[in-house]
Amino acid sequence: MSTRIVPAASLIPADAPFPKAAKVALGMPQLRKNLAHATGTIRAKRANVAGELDDWESLRDTASAIKADVQHRLPELAVEFERNATAAGARVHWARDAQEANEIAARIVREAGADEVVKVKSMATQEIELNEHFEAVGLKAFETDLAELIVQLAEDKPSHILVPAIHYNRTEIRDIFDQKMGDAPKGLTDEPAALAEAARQHLRRRFLSAKVAVSGANFAVAETGSLVVVESEGNGRMCLTMPRTLISIVGIEKLLPRFADLEVFMQLLPRSSTGERMNPYTSVWTGAREGDGPEDVHVILLDNGRTGVLADEVGRQALSCIRCSACLNVCPVYERTGGHAYGHVYPGPIGAILAPQLEPGRHDDLPYASSLCGACYEVCPVKINIPEVLVHLRQQGPHQAGERAAMRAAKAVMARPRLWRAALKAARIGSMPWRRKGFLRRLPWPGSKWTVSRDLPVPPKEDFRDWWKERQR
Amino acid sequence: MPRVGLFITCVNDALFPATPKAVVQILERLGYDVDFPAAQTCCGQMHANSGYKKDAATLAGAFEDVFGAYDAIVTPSGSCAAMARDQYPHLIGSDIGDHVYELSEFLIDVAGVEDVGARFPHTVTYHPTCHGTRALGLGDKPLRLLRAVQGIELVDLPAADQCCGFGGTFALKNSEVSSAMLADKCRHAADTGAEYLAAADNSCLTHIGGGIFRAGGPRPIHYAEILASTA
Repeated sequence: MSTRIVPAASLIPADAPFPKAAKVALGMPQLRKNLAHATGTIRAKRANVAGELDDWESLRDTASAIKADVQHRLPELAVEFERNATAAGARVHWARDAQEANEIAARIVREAGADEVVKVKSMATQEIELNEHFEAVGLKAFETDLAELIVQLAEDKPSHILVPAIHYNRTEIRDIFDQKMGDAPKGLTDEPAALAEAARQHLRRRFLSAKVAVSGANFAVAETGSLVVVESEGNGRMCLTMPRTLISIVGIEKLLPRFADLEVFMQLLPRSSTGERMNPYTSVWTGAREGDGPEDVHVILLDNGRTGVLADEVGRQALSCIRCSACLNVCPVYERTGGHAYGHVYPGPIGAILAPQLEPGRHDDLPYASSLCGACYEVCPVKINIPEVLVHLRQQGPHQAGERAAMRAAKAVMARPRLWRAALKAARIGSMPWRRKGFLRRLPWPGSKWTVSRDLPVPPKEDFRDWWKERQR
Repeated sequence: MPRVGLFITCVNDALFPATPKAVVQILERLGYDVDFPAAQTCCGQMHANSGYKKDAATLAGAFEDVFGAYDAIVTPSGSCAAMARDQYPHLIGSDIGDHVYELSEFLIDVAGVEDVGARFPHTVTYHPTCHGTRALGLGDKPLRLLRAVQGIELVDLPAADQCCGFGGTFALKNSEVSSAMLADKCRHAADTGAEYLAAADNSCLTHIGGGIFRAGGPRPIHYAEILASTA
């Protein structure tokens, strides 16, 4: 017996501001259970394997320094990458935005005489909505990462950077396979091994027939022109080696100066993302080689708002992100709302600073989707000071008029000690009727936003200043 | 002896006089001369973290005027201390934050004491507030001071490092998410069976306490009040 599949993302009102979308997500008990379980598990694994390295903090410092260096020399590193990749037989394309990247990719697919591609899990292609573009122009893109496959079959959207189907449990996944995969075995159970085997059989047919693969990259090494994909399942390796044509879409911030820099990031990334000491598959390729893997190798270097982010001295550290998701897994907000509430392909703390910067004027609500608890900064392997950037972005505005007036009034009082003392006294007198009770239980809007779940204490009869004055006598 | 200025914070000024009183009592017991400059108001954190940089800078400048002459500024708030230390340098180009100490920093790092001569025969669970722990790096300093209190029985708080959901205006702007975080914090606090829930920030305690008053659980108390107690 299986229940009808409803794409989880469709339950969250599209383009709703975060507080509204979050409220809907909070009302889904199964979602919250799935999220709490999954984030809790990865969180513990990460803490464990990060804790066993004595030089973890210096690795973080080094990674942060390398990324800062990349940001300072991005144009020259991009050109160096292009030169070296081209010399090794790759074709390098430059894409200003999503539209250009999608058009270049679609053209290459057609030139290869194909109308479908297999895909390696890639955030860049999610960001530019490559699958949707392909569909619109009559091409098909098949996800081959297990979780991305689940999401694609469910006609849903990813809700996490690393584990995009985190919002589903295995029973729900069984139902998705059963109803949407087409070639799922009869009597499929929700045993993880059975589910993995069903996906494996389904994907194998795709790998063997695909002429073109599309990937992203975790790193692009300028010094050698190499690309690196870090993965767990081996589906990436299949895509990167079997089809004749390979298209890799790579955000320009993924550049690293030297091949040796990988030594640092390959220690940080698996530990921070899946909580493993080492990931099962790391593929590194440099251009094309006859008789060994794809012969027609393309790299699309993608800007799509990144140079704009680079121009902001505080905000640019968001470009250091290596998409490990450690910040999502420790975030108390993400844990309770999941990724769809953020309304962007990059959810969680990193999304809250990346989305509004990549798309200026949109996602203004996301920098407020944080209590500034700092758990994200504490785990970030490249030391992005997420709370600092959140506050920085809040300071860019825009601010709601009523709030602006209230803040200005508060400042006017607080900037004048005499007024401040008068205000405190007024509050003490004004709250006298509630003194005996000691707290307020119900306030009119906007105070109701507080009293919805908490009492508010009232000022006591004697304040500190009276006490201090008394004892000075 | 350093000249010690007490910054009580706006929240304590308005709502919780017992906490700054406790700080005065502890510091005087240790032989410090404490001064309370009456012109103090707010460190500017609410404005800064809500995105009102100019207003925050005005308040930060006023803070510097009031406290500039002190060798050490002691405050019973990890959050306000972190504001001065982390944000004043780029807000007003001031390093006065280097002289601002959250109470436990002053007691352990400057005064060099862990046992402040307190007695508090009760069960207490401790919530490490986010800004104190992460932004300021207090580590277990408040807890070390509590461990040295006579008669106290400390009980571990489950998922202690999780934010209570306060986050200043976050509690209003994202009221539902904040409430969901608070519900978990209150449940964990109640599960300890402790009589008191101690923390290093009364703003967080207002939030947690506001939930606990409804749901039941340990009584919120600033840890300075425990350290001041000789009952």
